[in-house]
Amino acid sequence: MPTATDTIEALAERDYEYGFVTDVEQDTAPPGLSEDIIAFISAKKKEPQWLLDWRLAAYRGWLKMAEPTWANVRYEPIDYQSICYYAAPKSDDDRPKSLDEIDPEILATYEKLGIPLKEQEMLAGVAVDAVFDSVSVATTFREKLAELGVIFCSFSEAVQDHPELVRKYLGTVVPRRDNFFAALNSAVFSDGSFVYIPKGVRCPMELSTYFRINAMNTGQFERTLIIAEEGSYVSYLEGCTAPMRDENQLHAAVVELIAHEDAQIKYSTVQNWYPGDKEGVGGIYNFVTKRGLCEGGRSKISWTQVETGSAVTWKYPSCILRGDDSVGEFYSVAVSNNRQQADTGTKMIHVGKRTSSTIVSKGISAGEGQNTYRGSVRILRSAEDARNFSQCDSMLIGDRCGAHTFPYIDVANPSAQMEHEASTSKIGEDQIFYCNQRGIDTEDAVSMIVNGFCKEVFRELPMEFAVEAQKLLEVSLEGSVG
Amino acid sequence: MLRVSDLHAKVEEQEILKGVDLEVHAGEVHAVMGPNGSGKSTLAQVLAGKEDYEIAAGLLELDGEDLREMAPEERAHAGLFLAFQYPVEIPGVGNSYFLKAAVNANRKARGEPELDAMDFLQLLRERAELVDVDEALLRRPVNEGFSGGEKKRNEILQMAVLEPRLAVLDETDSGLDIDALKTVAAGVNALRSEDRAFVVITHYQRLLNYIVPDHVHVLLNGRIARSGGSELALELEEKGYAGLTKGSSGG
Repeated sequence: MPTATDTIEALAERDYEYGFVTDVEQDTAPPGLSEDIIAFISAKKKEPQWLLDWRLAAYRGWLKMAEPTWANVRYEPIDYQSICYYAAPKSDDDRPKSLDEIDPEILATYEKLGIPLKEQEMLAGVAVDAVFDSVSVATTFREKLAELGVIFCSFSEAVQDHPELVRKYLGTVVPRRDNFFAALNSAVFSDGSFVYIPKGVRCPMELSTYFRINAMNTGQFERTLIIAEEGSYVSYLEGCTAPMRDENQLHAAVVELIAHEDAQIKYSTVQNWYPGDKEGVGGIYNFVTKRGLCEGGRSKISWTQVETGSAVTWKYPSCILRGDDSVGEFYSVAVSNNRQQADTGTKMIHVGKRTSSTIVSKGISAGEGQNTYRGSVRILRSAEDARNFSQCDSMLIGDRCGAHTFPYIDVANPSAQMEHEASTSKIGEDQIFYCNQRGIDTEDAVSMIVNGFCKEVFRELPMEFAVEAQKLLEVSLEGSVG
Repeated sequence: MLRVSDLHAKVEEQEILKGVDLEVHAGEVHAVMGPNGSGKSTLAQVLAGKEDYEIAAGLLELDGEDLREMAPEERAHAGLFLAFQYPVEIPGVGNSYFLKAAVNANRKARGEPELDAMDFLQLLRERAELVDVDEALLRRPVNEGFSGGEKKRNEILQMAVLEPRLAVLDETDSGLDIDALKTVAAGVNALRSEDRAFVVITHYQRLLNYIVPDHVHVLLNGRIARSGGSELALELEEKGYAGLTKGSSGG
């Protein structure tokens, strides 16, 4: 079995070579949001008129909306007019010249995660020359994917090269006025990923944003669209375990998935945005709308997420189970340490007959972290013989943190079968003492106990991601006990 | 090897051990018997270093080292093992994974090279056979859903794998039927050796039919009221602790 380091090294080797990098040296828009700014963004991206109109409609909707306050999170009000909605990628002159200029604490974390030096430079935004390109692994991937008819590119490229697909599906799962943050994203989204899997194709490799160096700088308003045609399969990995710093505090991404008949989409996320310092200062606000539509019969969408970063997380990857016999799954590990706050969960909306959904949520709170599970299961009248199984477990480390669970269940068809299990446990002193007595120190004991607690979720992750996620959890909880 | 002298320990301001003396040499098996509430389990927990207990006075040494200065894991590294009366469940953590982590933590602390997966597996299989533990148990999460008997056997297995210098067995016989008791005792006997010592804490004489001790101590009201050879256990069986209380001068 490969070790975490081997895995990360292997991943690193596939990097730094992709045809995705666009050579642009743009201006930066002045702070603030207006129709002019949106037109500016759209023009910079050479977008067609329909897309500009779409953005403007979203913006007009957004103006009438209020920021949601129902989530169990507290943060300073965001001044939307002080944010810069279009920033040119940094030129090499503005970037750190070497790792010597990077915060030693961040470097120490890279070290703990076993990230190779070259990759550390990239993550820290060091201006690196292009010498690394050796064998172009990614190009090979792209060619192989192209042979199968799979499209995997940046969202901007898709707008240029596959406008008919983008136009057909954009906003069909997350309408442009769905919620405050989704509307904001729809108005100003910067870039993101686009995936199209043709009928009957089983995508032969895990697709990862990791392949795309410029995905690192897609910025605050990422937009992802994945379409799986009839009978196809794709596994998509988002994020990376290394701590990601960003000067933009607000992040509002939108992800839309569409699975046609008999298609399967597996979407895995490891989110490790900067959580702020121990007092919570400077951390990222991560307000994400992720939703999948099981459009066709027997289609399946699985969300797996490991959320360890951000100061504030507001995220509910959901499934609309429209096709008969379609399946939705949500597996989640969310960690809040120090001052982190996470309000996360899922929505499963059962429309089709014999639809089934599974929810497994593991919340871990440490320090003064606050962790909330918020989940909604709706069985519509049309959903004959629907089934749901929900399991929400919370673990508390220390006595200053909190865990909260808000399950909403709404059943309009009496044939539904619902199961809900919930538990809250405090990481036991007895458990730690037991490990100590066997010679295992407290830090290792905690990480072992927590990993055991999360096992049901980790086993849903692709192998290499799972190894990294375990390691990440250790680092995230370091110093939380004792 | 183990030297306990005039040990006083309290929990939440209540004194439970009121001057315990105990000296254990390599190769010996000592039984500590006593009624409920006499301080038997407290003694075990204090030896292992459970935080809840405060040592008010007295001496506690393992091989001349002051145990009071050592964290629980350091005591383990020094060769002290406690078979728990109530083994703790660790959901989701595989039994063999846990044991490998423990073995390697100890090896690391002692400056020995860590065992790789293959070497460890070989050791584990060999030890499982020695103490008659089914391999299926190794694949399950630590103590989760184990029967009382399985938990106790798992403790013995851990002891066999970790090869401690001093093993303290805290009421390992409680809740066992006679067959399980024999298996557990056979496991302990298989591990008896010249450089290893045992402190067997038990309520009943029954276990001592199978693990024959060199010394028997009776703990009453926080003190060793009487010490003797294995025949003392039989006397207790006959007269009960009450009979002994009357005969003892300390009360």
